[in-house]
Amino acid sequence: MNSLWSITLATLAKDIRLEWRSKDALNSMLFFSLLVVVIFSFSFDPLAEESRHIAGGLIWVAFLFAAVVALNQTWARELRNQVLDAYRVSPAPANALFLAKTLGNFIFVSVLETLMTPLFIVFYNLRALGPAWQLIPIALLGTWALVVNGTFFAAMSIRTRSREIMLPLLLFPISIPAVIAMVAGTTSILTGEDSAHFYIVLLLTYDVVFTTACLALFETVLQAE
Amino acid sequence: MSTPAITVTNVIKQFGRFAALRGVTAEFTSGKFYAILGDNGAGKTTLLRALAGLAHPTQGTISILGMSPQDACCEVGYMAHPSLLYDEMSGMENLRYFAQLYGIVGDGQRNSDRCAQVVRSVGLDPELTRPVGQYSQGMLQRMSLARAILHDPKILLLDEPFSNVDIHSASEMVGLLRGMRDSGRTIFVVTHQAALLQGVANEFVWMQAGQIVSRTPDLAADLPGAGMR
Repeated sequence: MNSLWSITLATLAKDIRLEWRSKDALNSMLFFSLLVVVIFSFSFDPLAEESRHIAGGLIWVAFLFAAVVALNQTWARELRNQVLDAYRVSPAPANALFLAKTLGNFIFVSVLETLMTPLFIVFYNLRALGPAWQLIPIALLGTWALVVNGTFFAAMSIRTRSREIMLPLLLFPISIPAVIAMVAGTTSILTGEDSAHFYIVLLLTYDVVFTTACLALFETVLQAE
Repeated sequence: MSTPAITVTNVIKQFGRFAALRGVTAEFTSGKFYAILGDNGAGKTTLLRALAGLAHPTQGTISILGMSPQDACCEVGYMAHPSLLYDEMSGMENLRYFAQLYGIVGDGQRNSDRCAQVVRSVGLDPELTRPVGQYSQGMLQRMSLARAILHDPKILLLDEPFSNVDIHSASEMVGLLRGMRDSGRTIFVVTHQAALLQGVANEFVWMQAGQIVSRTPDLAADLPGAGMR
């Protein structure tokens, strides 16, 4: 167990260092999200009340698409110089690699969300009528839901010829329950019309189920030829 | 009588309908230096990847020191044609990371000491802070070798270690490998530059169309693929 966590942390530190030096994923995600915010704000001119109803969908769709950029980058850097083979021939557990990649993506997407959320608030003139603190568990659980499946399916699609297309094709359908919970939960908090409790529990269940499934299956994916 | 380091029994490896290895059976003795030769597509790299546990045989078995390739991973060092290093990190940063994968951690100092020692042993400077992506091909090959020997493996699998390297650097690498053989390691080198290993390799293993066609202690001119020398 010690080895699992020490290798997870070592791999996570390595990924953060590589991202810090290249800024490949963060820059792409930031520019993409920025474009979505600006284009949507020019496309729609909603009243404050209407904004509360549509903002949840806009925010999460923007983050979902932006996350795909980071998810593709995660494994692309392991394919350069076939570095992934160096991991495969080592005694390091496969799940340490998966956990490190998932945690790394979680951090990168969370940074993006932290930077972009104030812009969404300003552009859409948002003010939560429900308990705003509940947005935090929704954001954390929702982001984990996106990255845990995204990291897994990105690993599955790295050896396919059109992996950039493959990832959304695999990821989006399986993310539908999580996206519905994230959007509905966010909307219910912004409008104050409903409780978000059910959606938080739904996201938590989704995360537990899919994290377990991904951990159980990742070694097979990693060792696939 | 020397014990076999590696036993390969009737190994077939298919990629779709193409058989890269067609019933390879061989024993390789501990502490010897094997040069694996053959034309492009002969199955040399596939055999090496199968020994490293990266390619799973479609049929047949591989035993490394009495274990499966996956279980024997701590005893095997693998150097591929690509560097298997992160371009954006320095050589030492790369090695420190890979040292952690092999459990060479200690208090951090032991990890760094071992990495520096290995870097010096391949003739590079541990103080070099330049990212690996800016290394010359010769330096890259040496650093790649350093990564492969980091955990002090008993068996070394090297795929084209002299490719794109000038003759001076290649000769220096051969000298390094000779030293490793003398220290008791079993070494497999896939190469098209067989002449470099004359006098160093204990055996030249010739492959053709996914099979081992001959094993000789010397480079004989009448063997298949000898023209590649």
